Amino acid sequence: MLRVTDLAKRYRTGDEALRGVTFEVPAGQVVGLIGPSGAGKSTLIRCINRLVEPTSGAINLGDVEITNLSRAQLRKARRRIGMIFQEFALVERLSVMENVLSGRLGYVPFWRSFLRRFPGADIDKAFRLLDRVGLSEHVDKRADALSGGQRQRVGIARALEQDPELLLVDEPTASLDPKTSRQIMRLICEICAERGLAAIINIHDVALAQMFVFRIVGLRAGKVVYDGPPAGLDQVTLAAIYGEEDWTALSAKHKEDAEDAAAVSAAALVSTRAKLGVEQ
Amino acid sequence: MSAVSVAAGRTWRRTPFIANPWLRWAMYAGALVYLVLALGSLHVNWARLADGMVRGWRFIEGFMHPNFTSRADEIAVGLQESIAMTVCATVVGIGLSIPIGIGAARNIAPRPVYYLCRGIVAVARSFQEILYAIFFVAMFGFGTFAGFLTISFATVGFLGKLLAEDIEDIDEGQVEAMRATGASWLQVLNYGIEPQVLPRLIGLSLYRFDINFRESAVVGIVGAGGIGATLNTAINRYEYDVAAAILMIIILIVLVCEYASSHVRRWVQ
Repeated sequence: MLRVTDLAKRYRTGDEALRGVTFEVPAGQVVGLIGPSGAGKSTLIRCINRLVEPTSGAINLGDVEITNLSRAQLRKARRRIGMIFQEFALVERLSVMENVLSGRLGYVPFWRSFLRRFPGADIDKAFRLLDRVGLSEHVDKRADALSGGQRQRVGIARALEQDPELLLVDEPTASLDPKTSRQIMRLICEICAERGLAAIINIHDVALAQMFVFRIVGLRAGKVVYDGPPAGLDQVTLAAIYGEEDWTALSAKHKEDAEDAAAVSAAALVSTRAKLGVEQ
Repeated sequence: MSAVSVAAGRTWRRTPFIANPWLRWAMYAGALVYLVLALGSLHVNWARLADGMVRGWRFIEGFMHPNFTSRADEIAVGLQESIAMTVCATVVGIGLSIPIGIGAARNIAPRPVYYLCRGIVAVARSFQEILYAIFFVAMFGFGTFAGFLTISFATVGFLGKLLAEDIEDIDEGQVEAMRATGASWLQVLNYGIEPQVLPRLIGLSLYRFDINFRESAVVGIVGAGGIGATLNTAINRYEYDVAAAILMIIILIVLVCEYASSHVRRWVQ
């Protein structure tokens, strides 16, 4: 369904973000894209809908070669690709409904979107999607009045409002707490399964990726260094992706951090109580 | 332990802005000498100053007994002209500054359009309004039309620049998200950019309305009509009581505008 061939991107600063990336995503498959910061994950998914112009290589979505499209053709192609962002990228001052309906901008003429006169079918779809992501009570709230998890749900509904064939998901959980992160990942993966949607999910939390996706592509310094099932990620492959590091020690340290954090918050609670006691 | 005892006697001074002490003190001294010389060059004519005190006092006396009635007709016409000038120039100015402001935003305008619009803004801002008023009076004759053009032009310079800077400061993520949906340029503008800049644009437009009313009183002095012309006539006739009445009316209108606009601004944020 999506085929990326020998894709390269060199920024004007001379940074080579991608150096010959090749992979294929069949219809309905959810792929987790992992790699350290600066490996080119963000650049890669932005090249697919040409928010970033690739320097060379080819991207085929179905039978359309994306890198050769004219401006108008590119707009048509972008309608088929939904995108979900790390910082949600909602239009903060518009309502939840307007944000979801903005997923139809590629389909409706300017006057309709300007007057907010979207076709009835689009509005029905938006209500159904808001229902699906559990936000039917917040339709007319402004996007900036929502919590992080709710905002990302709006982001998901907006992407689906496009009727996409492919979802590009850029660090969907990096701005969320651990529990909400899991809920959002679960929602994205469930929806992809329901609709037979293919997705590429950038994610730097390896454990979270392993929990939800069935295929992992590891990127390092602009090159694919791993492509296979999550179970195949052992010490050696993780070291190939992220560099040498004692991964068992790291997870032990994480545990310590968590314990420290718990101790600190307990101490804070005690001192707050003490303060309140003094004031009373 | 020993490291701590060694550190105990150290002193610390903030690094001066100009590191070289000779250069630093030379610059301070130079600035002081110039200031003294410049003050000496202001020729103060003490006799004339004493004379002026008397006139100044007459002016203050005028404020004690403002005369709203004897020139009521002229004041009414002047006010009507000024308000009409202000409203028209503000509306036209805003209408022109939106496309120019969009064109002058580096992040969304193509390079040639950007330079053209920046140029227009720079020209509109490079001189005080009075100079443009004199120019337009020379071109189109005395009266409110010259005043209207002056204030419109000044509004474009002010709003165009601030709108462009606002657009340059927006959160690009929202724009990127709109582009990713396949939106056209106008749709990106309407959904990705407008909601981010509109509240401040409304606030600035109302603020500009205040300024424009004050400007309309000033441009009249060089012949561009409005309440300023009435004020100028009153001062030329030594009718300080009438001048005082006009100034009071201007102060009142400015206060009302300011109060109203701050109210609306709070409401749109």
